[in-house]
Amino acid sequence: MLTSQFLTYVAFFVLSAIALIGAFLAVTLRNLVRAALGLILSFMGVAGIYFVLEAEFVAIVQVIIYIGAISVLILFAIMLTRGLMTSAASTQNSQWIGAAFVGMLMFAVLFFVAITTNWPLAQPHTISDLIPRLGADLVTTYLLPFEAVSLLLLAALIGAIVIARE
Amino acid sequence: MDILNNLFTNIYNAINAFLNGLLGGAGLRPDAASAIVAAIMGLIVGTVVLLFGVGVVLTLIWLERKVAARVQDRVGPNRVGPFGMLQPVADTIKMFIKEDIVPTNADGLVHLLAPVIALAPAVLAFVVVPFGQGMQPADLNIVVLWVVSVSSIGTVGLFMAGYGSNNKFALLGGMRAVAQAISYEIPQVLTIVPIILLAGSMSLVQIVQKQSTLWYVFVLPVGLIGFVVYYISALAEVNRTPFDQPEGESEIVAGHHTEYSGMKFGLFYLAEYFNFFIVCTIATTLFLGGWQGPFLPSWLWFLIKTYALILLGMWIRMTLPRFRVDQLMKFAWQVLVPISLINIVLTGILLMFFKVG
Repeated sequence: MLTSQFLTYVAFFVLSAIALIGAFLAVTLRNLVRAALGLILSFMGVAGIYFVLEAEFVAIVQVIIYIGAISVLILFAIMLTRGLMTSAASTQNSQWIGAAFVGMLMFAVLFFVAITTNWPLAQPHTISDLIPRLGADLVTTYLLPFEAVSLLLLAALIGAIVIARE
Repeated sequence: MDILNNLFTNIYNAINAFLNGLLGGAGLRPDAASAIVAAIMGLIVGTVVLLFGVGVVLTLIWLERKVAARVQDRVGPNRVGPFGMLQPVADTIKMFIKEDIVPTNADGLVHLLAPVIALAPAVLAFVVVPFGQGMQPADLNIVVLWVVSVSSIGTVGLFMAGYGSNNKFALLGGMRAVAQAISYEIPQVLTIVPIILLAGSMSLVQIVQKQSTLWYVFVLPVGLIGFVVYYISALAEVNRTPFDQPEGESEIVAGHHTEYSGMKFGLFYLAEYFNFFIVCTIATTLFLGGWQGPFLPSWLWFLIKTYALILLGMWIRMTLPRFRVDQLMKFAWQVLVPISLINIVLTGILLMFFKVG
């Protein structure tokens, strides 16, 4: 038990470091493409942390959605915008004070929640039928949000097809 | 027959027992010993799978050249080794001793990392394929999604190659690769959904076990539609003709790997064939019953089915001309996506009235 716990800690700290380094690169690099690649590194670290927490489904969805779709879309948008790829854009504009304030506020709220909540510790390997249960919950307890999101995605899909037609 | 069938699992069990005995006798704590054994076994399995993958790629390169030659009424490689079978080895040596060229104004780090990031996901996808009865290197209960997710990382590698080379042809190739990958990923994932519905599981092992009586490709009409759509989008996903716009050599030199030479180019080459082999193994697992089959050992059945799909892919490559880029996008969004959506609905209706498998 002790050995596996130790290994879990090592994995957690290595992956956290990857996520943080990636995030740091994403906000400090002046080259937009490299910043986007830093963002991908950060997403990879977060996905790895989900794996360590035995939330494989969330981890894989994180990779599919955030790396496979969103980051690729960001890269695509950078490529299609003239002049963005070569010029070294400034990493800050006049709104940085407001943004820093909002960011700090957000951090304070999350930090407060994190230290005041009494986190219940899950027993390891208690849930084996995670995916079926998730599916059942989505169409019973959380039916309305699920349907709303589905409708939104369907609208986006049809919109993409309509735009592609023109 | 049982000996052949369980050959690899028996070897695995023997090494596992040997290591357990060795470390158990060394006076370590039992939990530490089992953790070390698990780590060593993981390392061994990973190495074997990787070496097997590289071996497969070498045979595929030889096979592709031979099939291409046969289709075009030529002889193909026939100088190195019997039937030219050592030609890929000679090619590999050539790649190793070639000069590694980096363009002057290239983004060096991105240029260097691109081939690695293109190859790594292909290797990751390899570890979950059930090659035979009890022969999956790793089994999660969401393996189907794992395959999809790691293959989407490979796209980033192609983009990095296009951007990092500082070459307009490479950039065009990278752009085409990204657009193509995000378009064809959608029908590919949507055609996996009916299989998950039919099997009631996302584990590749269980999906294969459920197909012992009926392969899913024969669950008409949904299985056949799903198989055809999956195979087409898989060919597009791995950029093989008629979907090889990202490297279309008659239009944009060599696309994303225009500026690559030596072993960096070799890694792209390796990744391409790795990916091709993997999509064929996944198609075999999902639609053709995986390792299920009479008389022959399970892993042999698996390889036979996979190589049948590979030969089909090579045949298609040699027969069809390249799509135009706009036709390619139209085909994905206006034909494959609607078909695969209808296919999901059909599967739901089918499962309401019949019990499958």
